[in-house]
Amino acid sequence: MAMLKKKKEASKQNLLSKQLKEGTDKAFAEHEEKRQAASEVKSAQHAVDESERHADYRTEYDAVVGLEAGENTTRTLWSDAWGRLRRNKLAIIGAVWILIMVLVALTADLWAPQMLGSPTAIESQDMASLSLLPPSLQHPFGTDMLGRDVLCRVVYGARISLAVGLLATAISSLIGLVMGALAAFYGGIWDTIIMRLADIFLAFPYTLFVIVMLAVLGSGIQNVFIAIGILGWPSIARVFRSAILSVKENDYVDAARSMGASDRRIIGRHIFPNSVASVVVYATMNIGGAILTESALSYLGMGVTPPNPSWGAMIQDGQAYLATEPWLMLMPGLAILTTVLAFTLLGDGLRDALDVKMKDA
Amino acid sequence: MTKAASQQPILKVEHLTKEFPINNGILSGRTSKKVSAVDDVSFEIAPGETLGLVGESGCGKSTTGRAIMRLTSPTGGRVLFEGNDIARLKGRKLKEMRRNMQFIFQDPYASLNPRMTIGEIVSEPLVIHNVMPNRSERIDFVRYLLDIVGLNPEHINRYPHEFSGGQRQRVGIARAFALRPRLIICDEPVSALDVSIQAQVLNLLARLQKEFGTAYLFIAHDLSVVQHISAKVAVMYLGTLVEHSDYLGLYAEPYHPYTQALLSAIPLPNPDIQKKRNRIILQGDPPSPVDPPRGCRFHTRCPIATEKCTKERPPMREVTKDHYCACWHAKPYPIKGSNIAL
Repeated sequence: MAMLKKKKEASKQNLLSKQLKEGTDKAFAEHEEKRQAASEVKSAQHAVDESERHADYRTEYDAVVGLEAGENTTRTLWSDAWGRLRRNKLAIIGAVWILIMVLVALTADLWAPQMLGSPTAIESQDMASLSLLPPSLQHPFGTDMLGRDVLCRVVYGARISLAVGLLATAISSLIGLVMGALAAFYGGIWDTIIMRLADIFLAFPYTLFVIVMLAVLGSGIQNVFIAIGILGWPSIARVFRSAILSVKENDYVDAARSMGASDRRIIGRHIFPNSVASVVVYATMNIGGAILTESALSYLGMGVTPPNPSWGAMIQDGQAYLATEPWLMLMPGLAILTTVLAFTLLGDGLRDALDVKMKDA
Repeated sequence: MTKAASQQPILKVEHLTKEFPINNGILSGRTSKKVSAVDDVSFEIAPGETLGLVGESGCGKSTTGRAIMRLTSPTGGRVLFEGNDIARLKGRKLKEMRRNMQFIFQDPYASLNPRMTIGEIVSEPLVIHNVMPNRSERIDFVRYLLDIVGLNPEHINRYPHEFSGGQRQRVGIARAFALRPRLIICDEPVSALDVSIQAQVLNLLARLQKEFGTAYLFIAHDLSVVQHISAKVAVMYLGTLVEHSDYLGLYAEPYHPYTQALLSAIPLPNPDIQKKRNRIILQGDPPSPVDPPRGCRFHTRCPIATEKCTKERPPMREVTKDHYCACWHAKPYPIKGSNIAL
């Protein structure tokens, strides 16, 4: 009896597994079909893209070939890179967003005070009725606890953030390029000293290091530039050094040397143009990092002195009202997020665009 | 042959030696061992002639070429270019020498700067040596060079990545010929290319040699490639030359056991001969050049090595006319089919 039951159960199991197998087979076949269809569509799309791209280059080159040779080569190179960047939608979105931010920040004085009121001054009369207003047409981002327009403060905060991002990165790039080039070209003891120094810098916790530097230099916006700028050099130096070292090993450097090219020519024509692209990419992404650091510093009260607006400081001010008036934190937070993201996307796009080999991929 | 011998050689290499120190790392700071990449190599090349330098990977043939070109400095010996020792030249004299001597690289992808147009690449030697200060004249000349190496002169403004490997190698050849050098060192110029393209590039090199009278030092790891282009062949093993002859003699009557093994490894198009031929298969790998064997460097793998070979280094001696071999037991041993193309 028990055996029969067992047998029955076994056959049931068998049937079940058979059904299951059929089911998966069918599902698999369907999936395969779908996949094939999709890949066909994709490859057709790819072919179209390819031919379009090809036609693009053809006309571009034919136009140049007709002109005097040599003269337009640098333009061609950069216009090629631009052509590739242009096709990268995300990078263009990033670039456009950065452009908007820069324009808004630069022209803020022309329109923001008239439309939104002063970013710093406190409206003395009727403060109670003006403070902590939710977003409305008159105050699109609402107002803060002192009755100041949040949009206006975000706009003025963009000035600080972009300035910190660009200037600090410029400082660290400058130091990093010089240090990286020294280490790579002189090698030996120079390389050891510079790279170990970089290791020491990188071994410190970054934010803590910046805070200590600000404690030494005193807070204030120009010191934020300097602190972030100085502390950013080791990674740039590393990127540049390794790029130079790998480019140096290429046969075309040997070729130039065997032709009798001077060191200046080898560095200027062969090594530098082929190694600087990675630094450009890294620096672009670094801008986002510097903006974040400034925000963190201001959040900790080490950066911009109140009442000047800074995104980090605004988040700090707003956190007490997170439950009731979330826009106080949300708006500057979104500004940081989108701006850093924009720089990252642009950097990513630049990396692809500056890689000459990407074209035939 | 006699004509070449009567002339002064364009390149004469005497006892060329190149050793690389092995660094033990930054902490110890001293060098205890050396890699003996090239050891006491001597040969000469007559004007307009081709010397094929053959050997397996790591035997020092590329280092020989690079040391002659002064891409690395030789540690010993002399390199006479038209009678002048160039092994220790510096500064302006070195630059002047380089005008007459050019290099073609193995890897057509790494040897062209990806950020320069091929016009810029080919005209670079002209710019460096200020041969044609007039730009439009220079551009015309570059177009001419592209034309003679079989590239479309209209492509002067294109970048290297738009070309195939064979085309890139042609760009490298155009660059090497830009200064009309008297000697070109070709460092395995075809080994990175497809077989069908190899033949095209070899024919191009042969045609240009005929046209310009350039001498070649043709480095290769493949005896059959060298056979196409060389008048003389030198075989290298672990940093030393083992056999050196005009190619008729070397392919028909190899004396050195290593050359015999190399020749027997060339696959033949005729399967009947291939089946019947006497193959010599070497055992093991070449020893490390850090600690090369004493005596004859080949004795660890040599099928006919004796006691003497492990103790004394065989000198290079003339076995028949213009045929030199460094082996204590040198005797001719024709490899069936190896001279089939003759």
